[in-house]
Formats: sequence, C-alpha cells, structure tokens
Amino acid sequence: MNTLLEVSGVSVSFDGFKAINNLSIQIAEPELRAIIGPNGAGKTTFMDILTGKTKPDEGRVIWGEKSVSLLGMSESQIAQSGIGRKFQKPTVFEAQTVRENIVMALKNPRGPFDLLFKRRVDDSADRAREISDEIGLSDALDQTAGALSHGQKQWLEIGMLLAQDPRLLLVDEPAAGMSPSEREHTTDLLVRAARTRAVVVVEHDMEFVRRLNCKVTVLHQGSVLAEGSLDHVTKNQDVVDVYLGR
Amino acid sequence: MERSFIAKNPSVLWFLLGLAGFTIVITILSEASGAALISTSFVKTLGKTLCLCLVAIAMDVVWGYCGILSLGHFAFFGIGGYAIGMWLMYARTEDIVIASLENATLPPTPDEITNAIGTQIFGVVGSSDFPMIWAFSHSLTLQLLAVALVPGLLALVFGWLAFRSRVTGVYLSILTQAMTLALSLYFFQNDTGLRGNNGLSGLQNIPGLEAVSQATLSLWFFWASAFALGVGYVLFAWITAGKLGSVIRAIRDNEARVRFLGYHVESYKLFVFTITAIIAAIAGALYYPQAGIINPAEIAPIASIYLAVWVAIGGRGRLYGAVIGAAVVSLMSSWFTGGKAPDINLGFYVIGWTDWWLVLLGLTFVAVTLFFPKGIGGLFDLLQPRKGDAP
Amino acid sequence: MRHTILALMILLGTALAASAQTLQSILQAHGEEIASPSRNSVGVALGDIVASGLPQTTDFLEQWAEKNVWQRDDGMFFIGAEGEGLLTLTDIDTGAQSADASAEYYQLKPNGGVRRVIGTALVQFQLLDPDLTRRETAVASIARRPEAAQLAPLMASIDGEVDADLKARKIQLANFLSARFAESPMNRIAAINSLATDTSVEARAVLNQILTKSPGVSDRAPDGNIAAILDPFIDPDRSYAALVAANLAPARQSAADIKEALEANIIGGRIADLPVAQMDDPANRAAAYAALAARGAVPTLVTDEARNAALSAHVFYELYATPNADITTAAATALASVETRVASAQAVDLTLDALSLASIFFLAAIGLAITFGVMGVINMAHGEFIMMGAYTGYVVQLFIPNYTVSIVVALPLAFAVTFAAGVVMERLVIRRLYHRPLETLLATFGISIALQQIAKNIFGTQARPLTSPDWLAGAFVVNDVIRISFIRIAIFAMALIFLALILYILKRTRLGLEVRAVTQNPGMASSMGINPNRINMMTFGLGSGIAGIAGVAIGLYAKVTSEMGSDYIVQSFMTVVVGGVGNVWGTLAGAAMIGFGQKGIEWLNPSNTLAAQTYMILFVILFIQFRPKGIVALKGRAAGD
Repeated sequence: MNTLLEVSGVSVSFDGFKAINNLSIQIAEPELRAIIGPNGAGKTTFMDILTGKTKPDEGRVIWGEKSVSLLGMSESQIAQSGIGRKFQKPTVFEAQTVRENIVMALKNPRGPFDLLFKRRVDDSADRAREISDEIGLSDALDQTAGALSHGQKQWLEIGMLLAQDPRLLLVDEPAAGMSPSEREHTTDLLVRAARTRAVVVVEHDMEFVRRLNCKVTVLHQGSVLAEGSLDHVTKNQDVVDVYLGR
Repeated sequence: MERSFIAKNPSVLWFLLGLAGFTIVITILSEASGAALISTSFVKTLGKTLCLCLVAIAMDVVWGYCGILSLGHFAFFGIGGYAIGMWLMYARTEDIVIASLENATLPPTPDEITNAIGTQIFGVVGSSDFPMIWAFSHSLTLQLLAVALVPGLLALVFGWLAFRSRVTGVYLSILTQAMTLALSLYFFQNDTGLRGNNGLSGLQNIPGLEAVSQATLSLWFFWASAFALGVGYVLFAWITAGKLGSVIRAIRDNEARVRFLGYHVESYKLFVFTITAIIAAIAGALYYPQAGIINPAEIAPIASIYLAVWVAIGGRGRLYGAVIGAAVVSLMSSWFTGGKAPDINLGFYVIGWTDWWLVLLGLTFVAVTLFFPKGIGGLFDLLQPRKGDAP
Repeated sequence: MRHTILALMILLGTALAASAQTLQSILQAHGEEIASPSRNSVGVALGDIVASGLPQTTDFLEQWAEKNVWQRDDGMFFIGAEGEGLLTLTDIDTGAQSADASAEYYQLKPNGGVRRVIGTALVQFQLLDPDLTRRETAVASIARRPEAAQLAPLMASIDGEVDADLKARKIQLANFLSARFAESPMNRIAAINSLATDTSVEARAVLNQILTKSPGVSDRAPDGNIAAILDPFIDPDRSYAALVAANLAPARQSAADIKEALEANIIGGRIADLPVAQMDDPANRAAAYAALAARGAVPTLVTDEARNAALSAHVFYELYATPNADITTAAATALASVETRVASAQAVDLTLDALSLASIFFLAAIGLAITFGVMGVINMAHGEFIMMGAYTGYVVQLFIPNYTVSIVVALPLAFAVTFAAGVVMERLVIRRLYHRPLETLLATFGISIALQQIAKNIFGTQARPLTSPDWLAGAFVVNDVIRISFIRIAIFAMALIFLALILYILKRTRLGLEVRAVTQNPGMASSMGINPNRINMMTFGLGSGIAGIAGVAIGLYAKVTSEMGSDYIVQSFMTVVVGGVGNVWGTLAGAAMIGFGQKGIEWLNPSNTLAAQTYMILFVILFIQFRPKGIVALKGRAAGD
C-alpha cells in the first residue's frame, strides 16, 4: 500500500470560526476509508479543500508518487489528476440523458477543441454501456437524468465518478435518503470500486459504515479525534462523549 | 458518430430547406428578377432581418446554451459594422475624390488624395487627419479581418478577465453591460476618430459596384445574409450538438459540478463567448451595408437588451427559437413603428402604435418571462410531446 | 479739550471761506473751458473746482460727466433735464428748481477723454463723500478701471474711512494699485509681496498685468527686461512665421503655393521641361519647382535647412512690459506662490465636487443596494423608479407654485408613488421569479422598457424642469476658487440622512431585524413567525421608495427626461457591485470610489466627460478582477454561490 494522499497540518477558518484545525490524514491506494463525525466536524470542508473549492489558511496537501501539492491547482486540474467527488445532494445534469451524463464524465481529453473535433472518444459508447451496467442503469441510458428516482441519481453520480476513472474517490453521504436495498447496492458499488483505488466515504449512518467494513476516521471540531476500525473507535471514550453528549 | 451529423439533427435540415425555399421565393418576387412584387426596400428589410437572426442565434448559444446572459453581443455586432463601414466609406470617398480631381490642372499627389479623403470624411467633426484607427481602412482584406479579429480579441480579453475571476450570473450580465456602455461612450467621442455621433454613412454604396442597381445589390446582400445565416446555423448546431454541447449545457446548469468533472469551465465559456462574438460581428458586417448608416447609438446597452428580448420571446436553448424570435419581433417592430399598424380608437384616447409599441413589447416580454419561459419555440414541444430536452 | 476747540475753529473757518464764493462764480471764471473742454485744457478748471472744496462739487461733476449740464446764452450754467420742449433747471449752488424753454440753452457734451478726467477728479470727492453708497461706487469704479492717478486719493481716503468693510476694501485696492502704479520700486515690490497670499481673481489679474510680456525676435541679443529666451525649434514653423512677420525672412511656400506656382508656369503641357502628367509624384513637383526657381520664375524654395539656419541666426525672446527686473521677479515669485495656493484650493474644490458626485451615486444606488444586496433581486427598472420620482416632483410643481412647499410635498409623495409601484411590481412579477435571478433581470427589463415609453407618451421627449427653491439656488463661496452650490450640499446632506436612516432601519428596527433574518435563512425565519413574503414586499417597496426620493434630488440638479433612469442604472449597479453586495457601507464605499475616480479622471482630461466615464467603467471591470466580491466583501460560506 502506497500513500496516495497526505494531508498535514491543514487549518482553515471562516470569519474566525475554525472549520478545520490542524488536520492530518493519510490515504493509501487502494483503500476504503470512512470519515464520520457530528455536524460541523469539518467533513465537507475537508472535501472542499481536497477538491480545490476552498483554499486552506495553512498546511500541506500532497498527492501521488510525484508528491505534487494540490493547493496551487484549480478544481479542474485536481479532477483531471485523479480525484473524483460525489456531492451530498445528488448533482447530475437533469436536463441531459443518462448517457450524456456518463459520456461527459469519461476520462478523455477535456479541451473544447478536443471535444469539437472528437479526439480519442471512439470507445465512449462501449465504456458508457459498461458503466451503466455496473450502476444498474442500462435500461435508462436514453432517459433524461431528471426523470430518475433519487437513488438512481445517486448511482448515476457514482457512475459518473467511475467514468472519470479517478485514483481517489470522495463520496459525501451516499446513502442519504435510500431504501435498504438501494443501500446494499451502493455498498457493493463502493467496496468494488475500492479494490483498485482509494475511496473516502463521508457518512453519518453508523450502520452503513459498519457494512463498509473499513478503517474509520472520526472528525471533531476540525481535527482527527480517533482512527482505526469501527469497533476500535466506538470504544474510544472521547468518541463516545462527542456522540452521546458531554 | 456512426450516423451523420445532419441525420442526428433533423431540425438543421428542415431549417436549411426552409431558408433555401424562402430565399428562392424572395428572389423570384424581387424587383431584380422583374416580377417586382416586393419592393427593394423590403428586400433590404428581409436581408437585415436575416442578419439579426444570425446575431440572435449567436446570443442563443451564449445565453440559452451556455447560460451567460451577455448584454454585449450587439456591441460586437456594431463593431463588425464599423469595421466594414470604414472600408466602405474610405473606398467610396476615394473613388469620389479621384473622380473630382481627374480634371485638375496638375495630377494629384498621393498626399493630396489622402488629405482630400480625410477632409471629406472627417470634415463633419472638424478635422481632416486620419486617426490611427483608420490605418487599414484602404484595404478590404484587412478590414474584413478586423471584422472578425477586433470583436474576437475584445471578447477574448474581456471574457478571460471576467471568467477568470469567476464572475457569474447577474454580475456577469452587469459587467457585460458595463463593457457595452464603455464601448458606446467610446464610439461617441470625436477623439476616437469614428466621426463621433455622426457615425459612418453612405454604406449602401458599394465601391466598385456603382454600376449595379440597388435592386440587384439588395438581392445580393440578401443572398449573402441567407448564406451566412445557414452557415452560422450549421456551425452552432454542430457546436451545441454532441459532447461539446453536452458540456456547454452542463455548465449552464451547474458550473461547479462540471469543474469537479475535470473540465476547465473558463476555457469553454471563453470559447463560446468569443466565437459567438465573432459571428455577431460578421452578422453586423452584413447588416450595416444594407442599413446604409451606423452610429454609436446602435451599440448602446439597450440594443443588446433587445437582442436578449428577441431570444427570450423566440425561446432560448433552441436555435430555431432564436431565429423565430428575432424575425418576428424585429419585423413586428418595424411594422408597428413604421406607422403602418392601424391605431386603436378607444373613444377617449387613441392608441397610436408608434408610441405604444414599446409598451406592448415590454409587457409582452414580462409575460413571456413569467408564463412562457420557453417562448414561441416552446410551441414546437406541443407538436412532439415527451421528447426530452435534447435539440 | 484745546484740540477740539482748535479743530472746530478751523472747520468753521473753511466753511466761512467757502461760502464766500459760489461754484457758479468759479465756473464763470473758466466759462470757456467748461463749455468746450479738451482733455488737456480741462485740468486747470477742474483744479480750481476741486480746490474750492464746495459740497455741491460732487453733484456738479457727476452731472457734467453725464452730460446733464446746460449753458444759458448768457453763460450761466445749470443742471437740466429735458422733457417735452421744456427744461427743468436746477441751480448749481442753491439747488432751486425752475423751468424754461430749451431754445436758449446749450447742452455741454464733454468727450470720452474729458469725462475720464472728470471721473478721476470726481473719485477723489466720492471717496470722501459722506454717503456710503457713493463711496462704495467710487471704490468699485476704481476696481473696474484702475489708474495711476487714483492711487494718491485712494490712499488719502483710507484713514478717514469710517465703514470697516469699505476700509478693508480700500486698503486692498490701494495695495493692488501700489503694486502696479506706485512710484518707488520699493513700494511696488512691498505691495507685490503682500499679494503672494491672495488667491482672489483680482490679485492674480494684478500680478499678471505686471507680468505682461510680448514676444519678439531679433538678430542680436535684445535690450530690456527679458522674460525668457525661447527655443525656436520647439515649434519651428511657428517660430519661422514670427520671423516672416517681422520681415526678417522670406515667406515659406505652402504645398498649395507650390501647386499654384507650378500651374501658373505650364507651357505647352510641360513645366520647366517636365511633363504635367508626371506631377502626381511629389519628387517631380519638387524638381520642377527647383528648375523654375533656378530660372527666376518663382521665389527660391525655403527648405527646412534654410528655415533652420534662419532660426539659428536669430534670438527669440519674450520681453516684460515692466522694465524693472526686480519688480517682475517679485511678481513672478508672488504669482508662483499664489498659484500653488490656487492649486491646493482647486484640489479642495475637486474633492467637494467628487463628494457631491459620490452623494448622487450613493442616492441612486442605495435603493438598489437594498433590493439587490439584501434580497438578491436584480431590478433593472430601478432607473425608471428614479425617473418616476423626478416626474412626481414635476407634477407636484404644476399644482403647487411655491417651490419650497412643493419640494416638501414632493419628497414623501415620490416615496409613496414609487413605494407603491415597487410593491405592485414585487407582487405581480418579482415574487414569481425568486431564485431565478436572470429571469428577474429580464422581466424587470421589460418593465423598464414599458415604463420608459409610457413616461415618454405622457410627458413627451423634451426635458421637464424641476425647479429648486430660491434658498437652494445660490452657492457657498469660500473664495474665488472654492464654491459649491447649495443644491449639491443639500444632496450631500440628503445622502447622509439616508445612510443614517437605512442603517437605523436595518440595524435598530423590527423590520430590519426581520429583513436580515429572511436574508440569511428564509426557512428558519418563517418558522419563527416571520412572513417572508411580507418582508420581501416591504424591502422591495423601501428600496423603490428611496429610488423615488433620489429621483426628486437628482431632478433638482439634472434634467427630468424619460431616459434619465438609464443614465444612472449602470452606474448604480457598478456602485453596488464595486462596493460589495449586501452591505450599506459597501455601497457608500462604492459610490465614493466611483465618484472620486470619475472626477479624478475628469481632472486629468478636463475636456472630455465621456472619456472619464469610459475609463471609469474600464477601471471598474479591472477592479472586479482583483476584488470580485467588492470593497467590503463578505467572507466564508455565507458568501458562496
């Protein structure tokens, strides 16, 4: 297992409120990691920092074998270098078909002129079909994404992530609002994805995290409170205090 | 991919067929063909309308597809007109000056000719020297290049600045409006060297084609405008179809998400902004020789607002919608304001359309925005129910 | 005590001596000169008249200068007024009135030169006249046309002056006169030095008079008080023209002259053996002209080299009219110091100008800042609300002729009208389009187009007046450089009042609290019993109402037209965006920046206000690059999109 991502000493504050406070986390490749924590623990801000949406006040974020810093890169550069993100609220392009959504996400040259003159997209159709099979939306390929159910939108978004073929997948509350069977399907998707790449799942739902069966990091007030297996961290007194009130 | 572009976009084919049919009908009915069922001035109006349709589809691509409500595309249109107008005015004045100096005792020197042209053109602003900005006006080729390059570069620089700093939505609209205001104020100044508020005139006289009657000339320009509209339509249909179109529409719907997919959103916006600016300028370069005159009022922010009004009424997000909107609104505008529409006598008050047309247009526009966001083009959806949003 | 008695006695003595002779007798002694005076000869007679010290002298001299003195055939002089063939006569000494047929009388009409001499003599009297108005008139007439001869009487009159203001004015004027006319250079220089702190236009005019200079050219070093030696090569053609004008060099031939000369010398289709057809080449024209010149047919061409040689051979200079170099040096120093002061005063004036422009932008934009900033709603019809306010003011003035009352009525009425319009618009249009900002932009465009045209249909295209009351008409004058009209002060005050009022409403009232709550979290606010619809309606009405009041204020100093709104809308948006959305202080900062920026650019390029606006907009576009969220930016998640 090589270290893929190394976050060290990162802090960020909004109007005096420290959302992230001297946070350090390492992610290996491949790895499945769950990040849990109460509201306001800084989970979403952590993802914002990794994907370039928020610039931290201090600290380092080092990525890949060449140890490049992600801090100087734009959102699109970070995404192209292999970090994919799924948002809490499903954000697919509802006006477009499932196929268009997936094709857009496929790993291909991403300049306007590349697209205009269709460079290197010969296998797009096949790839799109493979991915739709994987997320179980093969029958819905030509439907507009807006017509999908909530759970299907979540899968489509995961499918778009897979299409990007990222080395690190950031998934924000994938199970929110899903039925039990849909959850199971989602768990399978994530576990399968984590065989070849790093997957970081932010989740509230302990049951879901338990099913992922992976290393867990507990965030609290912007820094790491505990790390280890789910059983290990749930025995940690600090974690119990935080979750059950002080 | 496997199927041809036209086969995947049947509306393009229908549009081209319709345009070709329209062109043929007008040609047959025109004075130049001998039938003379429609006047030359109406042919010119139709030719101008085609140019307005072209700038409207450019506006539709940048706004309806890419979500940038630009209030500056009519300024690019005007710049295109100015660029070609400079050559038209220079070359025509040169012909006149040379003809008038023909019988001079001494054959004129180049300096004398230039000075005489300068006096002719700039006398109206009390000057006779050629400003720097006219340096290439003697060359048709260079001015034609300027038609595309000047607005293109302007759009590129402005777009780069605006998109780079992530100005979006209404802020961007206001910024583009500020740019338009700055441009029109710039053109209004005599110091700029474009004859201030007099603008450029006499553009309907094409140098070298004095022998051709206006009836024929109007038809030629009509053909050129129809051709340009056809080419522009295909170009934009090609851009907005396929994966590029998919990304552009995605940017309109959720810019941040597209960025996290790894697309450099700014490049796409810049690409769309610039290419639509160039097409708008080309439309302007075809329009103003038919209009005969251009002045800075044409560039004023309100013109760009009307452009948005046309596209909104026609139905944005579909190219033929923009064409319908521009054609219907601009033709109705000239009908109502031309004094041809019958006044409505309410007994106590007579509604004269020259006065009340803008009120009607303004309120119609409000109604369309509130109740028919898809515009006139939305009616086509009723013909083909449940076919998704793909163009 | 003894002094008083002595003074009394002397006074009594002169009065007695004066009563011994009458003015008529003096006039009769000089009858010939009075009747037909010449500028040179009138002095003696005037001297005697003045020397008499009689109180009626002033009146007589005034009437004489105004051609109201008549001479009877027997040589007696009267002051007369002609009317319907009869003369109304006034005795010169007693003032007794009578009437007579005009046939026996001859009107004295002294010429301009004589009248001026009379005037100068008169001034001495007027300066000492017991009547304050007369003394003031005399001082004003000296100020209008200063002359050397007036210096002495003016100085003499200062000590006896009882009116403090007039005394100060006399001293100032005496100083100006000394600077120009005092006999001893020492006195002049002293007076000039004292002007170094006086920024009035008069003082500057005095200094410039002293420094009057005239250009000259000579083939050797000039005599006299040289102001400057000029470099002729800065503008060689103009310098050469001066040489030609001074007959020191032959005139140059213009292109037109050469052409004319060539045309005059065409012989058989050729000019100096060169074919006419080749004359489209400037080189051939030059050759032909040179050939003609060689034959003596035309004057030799003055080439650039010849011109330069002529310029080098002469001295170009400027000569002071005042021959004394010490005086001109002192005056130049004083003028430089005055100009430094004037420049700093102009800077103050410019600042005040910018401040009032900023106030206008603030007034125009603050309503927008509320609707746009607080509610996130773009109101493109905001400019038309400004226009509606201005027209409300105009209509009120049609019904209430008293301008003060009409303004007092117009301000709340404009607020009410635009408040109502804003509420109606919010209910009918804006409410349906929340969360669709671009659509709001479009719909309000439509309203803006319609409102503008409706105003045009009702009020016509010509500008309508909105007249300010008299007490606002004047200007607050600090000195000759700094002046600011009351109307602009009023607008500035109004901007301040609005700033305070809006801050108060937003920070201290229940409405403000609810507005802020709805802005930050509409869902939470409504669950706490706040009705967001009502709040949005009120906020929108408030913003629109303020636009209406701003319209009255703007209408008072600018013209009221149906298009006045569009003049302000872009500026107002830029003010809000530059300042930072959602913040009253930001709007203030934005207005200040745009107001000062625009005035600053105008100052750099005073002839061109259009250019100032253009560059200001470019500046704003660039500014947004560096501070996309404006001067006063909100930070953190709240600022996110």
